[in-house]
Formats: sequence, C-alpha cells, structure tokens
Amino acid sequence: MAKSKTNGVNGGETVIRVRGLVSGFHGVSVLKGVDFEIKHGEVIGLVGASGGGKSVLTRSLIGLLPKWSGSIEVFGRDLDKIEERERQAIERRWGVLFQGGALFSSLTVRQNVQFPMRENLSLSNRLLEEIALAKLEMVGLHRDVLDKMPSELSGGMVKRVALARALALDPEILFLDEPTSGLDPISAGDFDALIMALQETLGLTVFMVTHDLDSLYTACDRIIALADGKVIADGPIETMLEAEHPWLKSYFHGARAQSRSGAAA
Amino acid sequence: MAAEALLHVRVEGRRLVLDAAGGWVAARASEIEALVEGVFRKRPAVDAVEINLTHLERLDTVGAWLIERLRRAAGDAKLYPEIVGIDPRFKVLLDEVAISNKEPPHPHPRKGALIDFLEHVGIAVAEVGKDLSSIVQFTGEVVVASGRVLLAPMRLRFTSIVHHLDRVGFRAVPIIVLINFLIGAILAQQGIFHFRRFGAETFVVDMVGILVLREVGVLIVSIMLAGRSGSAYTAELGSMKMREEMDALRVMGFDPVEVLILPRLIALIVALPLLTIVGSLAALVGGGLVSWVYGGFPPEVFLDRLREAVTLDTIKVGMIKAPFMAAVIGLVACVEGLRVEGSAESLGEHTTNSVVKSIFLVIVLDGFFAVFFAAIGV
Repeated sequence: MAKSKTNGVNGGETVIRVRGLVSGFHGVSVLKGVDFEIKHGEVIGLVGASGGGKSVLTRSLIGLLPKWSGSIEVFGRDLDKIEERERQAIERRWGVLFQGGALFSSLTVRQNVQFPMRENLSLSNRLLEEIALAKLEMVGLHRDVLDKMPSELSGGMVKRVALARALALDPEILFLDEPTSGLDPISAGDFDALIMALQETLGLTVFMVTHDLDSLYTACDRIIALADGKVIADGPIETMLEAEHPWLKSYFHGARAQSRSGAAA
Repeated sequence: MAAEALLHVRVEGRRLVLDAAGGWVAARASEIEALVEGVFRKRPAVDAVEINLTHLERLDTVGAWLIERLRRAAGDAKLYPEIVGIDPRFKVLLDEVAISNKEPPHPHPRKGALIDFLEHVGIAVAEVGKDLSSIVQFTGEVVVASGRVLLAPMRLRFTSIVHHLDRVGFRAVPIIVLINFLIGAILAQQGIFHFRRFGAETFVVDMVGILVLREVGVLIVSIMLAGRSGSAYTAELGSMKMREEMDALRVMGFDPVEVLILPRLIALIVALPLLTIVGSLAALVGGGLVSWVYGGFPPEVFLDRLREAVTLDTIKVGMIKAPFMAAVIGLVACVEGLRVEGSAESLGEHTTNSVVKSIFLVIVLDGFFAVFFAAIGV
C-alpha cells in the first residue's frame, strides 16, 4: 500500500538504521540483536508480545536506555560517535509521544505546548501564542483548552495535547508509544486519521508502538514484529498475514483479528 | 547563512508583489516576523497584493503561519491578497494553517496588583474555614471507623499498625535521641553561663529538668515527627489517591479510613509518647553531661537536685500532651493527603501544608495546655 508522499522532500532516504542492537535492564538482555531500517516518510508499526522488548527498543532508540552493543544511526549519524551538541540537535528533530502523555502537570496546556519552542527557538510572544494555538488546532483541539491544567483533561485530550507538544518543533521523526491505548474505538480511529493527515502535511516519519490492529491496518506502511528480542517479521500487513511464526499467526489470525478482517472484507 | 533576502517587496503598477524566498523556518522566525510586520506598517499605495512563493525552498509550521499572517494582514487592509507559485509539497501545510487561529488567542487574564492581593487574601481566609471544617469532618469519620473497629476488634489491622510503628517509632529513635541530647546540652550550657553571674548555677538542674520534662521534650519530638512522619503520611496517601488506589479499596468494600488511616493514626499515637520518654531522657543526659564537664558538678549532684526539682506532676504534664500532639499531627497529615488532586504540584503543596499546619497546631495546642495547667494550678 504505497501512499503518496506529498512532502517527500528527500523520499527514500534512510532516517533510522539499527544494527545488531542488544539492550536490556537489570542485567537481563531483552533485545538480542535487532536490525531494521526506516526510510523517510514511512509509517512504521512495532508489534510484539508484552514484555517482548517493544518499550526497550523504543527507549533505546530515543536514548533513554543505554544499549549494550550494536549501533543506532539517525539521519545517517551514529549516535555513539557524535558530540553532545550534535546529539541535542538531533533530539530536536524528533518528537516523542509517551504512553501516558507525560504532560507537565504544573503547566497549562498552552505552556506545555509552548515549552519546547520557548526553550529552543527565539520567537516573539505573539508568535508563540499563535503557533501554540495552530498546533493545538492541528491536532483537533479547541482554543478553550488553552488554559486548562493537564489534570482537567480527558484521556483523549491528554494524548492530543501531548501530540501537539511532540509536534511543537516540527520534528522529522515522530515516536508514538501506544498512541491509541485507552481511547475508545472512535477516538482511536480519529487519532489514526490525525496521525496520517499530519504525516502527510508535515512529511513526518512515524514510528509507533501499537497493539491496535486497526492502526496497523489503516495507518502503517510497514510493520516490524518483535519476539524473543529479535525481529521476526518486517514488511507490510500482507507479510504479517502470511507469516508462519506462531506468535504472529495467533496475533493476526486470532479471534479479534478475524473479526477485523471479516469487517474489512 | 547571513543576509540572503527572505522577502523581496516590489511594486508593479498598482500591485504589491511579495516574493518569499529561501527557508521560512522556525530558526529564522524573528527575522521573518520583522519583515512580515514591516510590509503593512504604513499602507502601501496599491490595490492588490500578490504573495509569490516560487522561490521558497523550505517551509515549516512557523513559516507557513507567517505567510498566512501576511495574507491576513493584506486581507484586513482590503488588498485582495493572492498566493501564487505554491509548491505542491507546501500546499497541505499552508491549507492547514489557513484554518487555524481564526480568532486571536485570548490574552492572559490580568487584574491589578491590589485586586490580586485582595483575591489571595479572600481565598486564604476561605481556605482556613474549609480546613477547619474538613478536619472536623475527618475527625468524625475517624471516630466512626474507630467505633466500628471497637465493636469488632478483629477488623483492626494489627500487622499494619506494627509496620507503621516500626517506621514512625523505632526508626525515629536515633535522630530523636541525637536532637534531644543536643537540645538538653545547649539548655544546660546557656543556663550555666547566665546563672553563674548570680552564683545560681545549681538551679540549672531545676531549669533543665522542668523545661525538658514539661515542654521541650514533647515539643521537639512532635515537631520532628510532623516533619518526618506527617509528611510521609501525606505523600503516601496523596499518591495513593492520585492513582485511584483509594477508590479501588472502596469498591472492594473496604473503608480507606479503616484500612489506611486508622493504623497510621494509632501507630503515631503510640509512638509519640514513647519517643517523648526516650527523647526526654536523652535531653537530661545531655544536660547532665554539660553540667558535669562545663558546670563542674558531678552526676550524683545533678541527680540529687533533679530528684528535688522534678515531681511526678512535671512528668505527667509533659506526657499527657503527647497523644494529643500525635493525634493532631496524624489528622492534619491524613486530611492533607486526602485533599491531593491530579498533579505532582498538588502533592508537593499538600505535603508542605501538612508539615507547616501540624507544627503550627502543635505549638498552639501546647499554649492551650499551658493555660489549662496554670488554671488548675499544676
């Protein structure tokens, strides 16, 4: 399912390359040699059993967890071989949406979205206000939420505000950790549509960890399946459906998947 | 990248042509904004505006918004803006910003400093009233829960009480001993230093004995526990409330007051008097040691004087206050814990409030006791 990449400025260029990644925590290796590549403009879905290393992989990619061996290249630069300044510059080129939103609870919605811009860019106050509102409107929120505190928001709104914050610096790569978990199917569908629209508008490369079959079918160009610390399948949804690995079989042909493909047919 | 022109402005007949060029990106936002604002500062003598994006190389949301701002400014000036030469890859983004910020964002509400101040005072006064009523209400809940437990003693969570007793009582012993020892020593040193001028050094023993056993011992222990255990209670209960653990207990048919709060209160009410005994002894040892080393009268003399100066009433007056202090600290800590809401900031605020209020109330209560004992002549 090739999608048209409207903003495909440098289409086909590899933005993330992971080679032989080994990582884990508390002395237990969770990832045992993971290899994959992500090209510019792709929407990647990462699936895997609970405890199979999805979070470890994501956290290693964004540098929250030290890796044990292997290499991670982002925008063609090996993250081990660059200096702190360059690393920070690269970190500004990606946005992360955490599972629980991770909004700063002492700041209002407006301040949350403005925070990365205020710290990294020199924008006038008027521009800050306008861009923050534009971002919030892009993720489908109304201006009434501007002065609310995160504790006053519903789960879906928290995810949207967190997405607006992740998009604040116009990132090139967007990491999403279970973006649709905890949302009702309608909101989850909207969220998928939103991600796709933004992907197209802003020319994003999206890496999402998800359990949501609907997201995998509708939003993802390619799926990477992780089991026992290794990539067991990598390809579009058709590859997953044909895969022989027992976990993938039960995942994509289980009762819930059956009803999904039945509905789609 | 120095002075590559981001915006060329030229007039073609009755048309103003604005040529955007180069990278309209967030990093250069302030330059671009200044250029954009400059265009319509004084109304140009034209009838129409053309915004030409043919030479635009890069565009992000900030840049797209500034182009939109330019277009709206021209529209407001009735100059019929027209955007030409849009690269297809920028089109979606430009369309997206075109529908945003339809109304200007509302400004931060600002009132005068005086109004702000009065508002704060009003809120603070109302808070005091709410505090009082919630403490009274909560005391009621605790009494009801205690009543239930008294009727069915099997419901008392003995393990939990022992656990909390260990935390707030036993583990506090070293710090309580140390602090009280030092306080006793300082009191004795100051007493000797000043009484020496009147040749009344030996009265130091009376002073240290009465002061420590009646007032200082229990006060120091109460203040330490308010800081050490009251804050912990507030933070624990607060984060339990934030994670809906209290609601989970309630729907399983447990009363959070009975399960979480009663054991903590009982542990504190048992621990504080015990720590007061330990603390007062430590203070007397400290006083005695200084009297010996600095004042020059040996331990036998100190003990003899102490026996004369201190009566059983002195000790009773000190000890009777201890459980009340514990109850105040525990109640305030638990009330504050239950009032925590969603945010991390709220947790911090209520923990601070818990310590400040319980220390304040402990001292006020001590004052009431002093008045009371004076009235009955003890």
